[in-house]
Amino acid sequence: MVFEKVSKIIAEKINCDASELTADTKFADLGIDSLDVTELVMNIEDEFSIELEVDSSLASIGDLVNLVESKLK
Amino acid sequence: MNRVVITGIGALTPVGNDIKTFWENLVKGVNGIDNISYFDTSPFKNKLAAELKGFKPEDCLDKNFVRKNDAYTLYALAAAQEAMADSGLEGKIAGEDIGVYFGSGIGGFKTFCTEHEALLTGGARKVSPLFIPKMISNIAAGNIAIRFGARGPCFSVTTACASSSSCIGEAYRAIKHGYAKAMISGGSEAPIIPLAIAGFGNALALSPSQDKNAASLPFDKRRDGFVIGEGAGALILEEYEHALRRGAKIYAEICGYGSTCDAYHVTAPDPEAKATAKAISDSLAGLEFDASKTYVNAHGTGTKLNDKTETAAIRNAFGEDKAKLLHISSTKSMTGHMLGAAGAVEAIAAVLALKNGVIPPTINYLVPDEECDLDYTPNKAAKVDLELALSTSFGFGGHNACLAFRKV
Repeated sequence: MVFEKVSKIIAEKINCDASELTADTKFADLGIDSLDVTELVMNIEDEFSIELEVDSSLASIGDLVNLVESKLK
Repeated sequence: MNRVVITGIGALTPVGNDIKTFWENLVKGVNGIDNISYFDTSPFKNKLAAELKGFKPEDCLDKNFVRKNDAYTLYALAAAQEAMADSGLEGKIAGEDIGVYFGSGIGGFKTFCTEHEALLTGGARKVSPLFIPKMISNIAAGNIAIRFGARGPCFSVTTACASSSSCIGEAYRAIKHGYAKAMISGGSEAPIIPLAIAGFGNALALSPSQDKNAASLPFDKRRDGFVIGEGAGALILEEYEHALRRGAKIYAEICGYGSTCDAYHVTAPDPEAKATAKAISDSLAGLEFDASKTYVNAHGTGTKLNDKTETAAIRNAFGEDKAKLLHISSTKSMTGHMLGAAGAVEAIAAVLALKNGVIPPTINYLVPDEECDLDYTPNKAAKVDLELALSTSFGFGGHNACLAFRKV
């Protein structure tokens, strides 16, 4: 569920097909740089009504999904 | 010292989104000024501007790039891409041999406002991480360099309404003195936003007129301020021998540049026009020319003080006899005042006038002013076999820049 929502937000942001995204997809491979990741995190905070700490270790969609899930528990 | 020529031009303006349309409309005397459509102007005393018409950045730029950049950068890239395509230089010059001097009077003004709003309504966490790289006034130059792999000198000059003329002049010097073989130069501005209209309006710089055909009135006695415009202009400057070797199309040679400061007042020009006149005469240094075959694309903003002072400066620089023979016009009567983009767009107008032997008019000119008594090419384009063309730009801060162009 979290993965689907996160993928949808990413797909909308970079104009790609959400079905092409997996947990292993690296941000760098999508052309998403550290500024984009920070902006993405802000969009995700709004979507889930949570607050996340941005961390430079966020490299893949799976990393971001795990971070969101840890806040939702 | 190297000679410097212009081998490519690109323009995004209120009278045309490409060079061909821009030039045709300038010659026809098309007015690019109308009611502001971007926001509700009912609480504002100034309601007119020269907006771009039907420009869709997605048509020429990557969607993600569009999302991540302020309009001023999008305008810059659109103009730079047209100029580079026109020059045929892409892929024919080493990255270290080409640089970018590309300015803006303000930078990402709208981005500044949007993110400030985000801070006030949502707090620090809501300010976009893209805010700084979208807003800073050198980022258009940086993005142009990235787009074309230009690893030579790169910076942006901010001299208010003279910004892009300063950039072109400095780019000319960079090639002349051997620091680069080609330069992408010019400027862009996207200032049609509520805060800018209020700020320029309250500084009494804008015309309060609500009649689009009686608002931007350079050298006309009725003039009462400028009309704000937007867009970008880009010129590819190239070392002459380099351009010859690759068989490039050459529009004109840049044969002079003057750069001075009034050192007088932040917004008002020095009424004695000494430094303004010196910028013009410096750009003419060493040139022999026939004043009757010379065109001056004037700064001509349509403010009371600028046009009077500029007329005095032209008179001081050329002398009374020659000044009366000059062909002068202000294309701001059609494009409005594009601020940091104005100098580049007007340099292009000057170069095309020289190349085509046609002087674009000062439109809506009706009432002569005894303090502005030179030939301003009123209302109709004039056919003149030109030898020399000048473009003058003056900015808040007292910045004066003048560029001179001749046929090769």
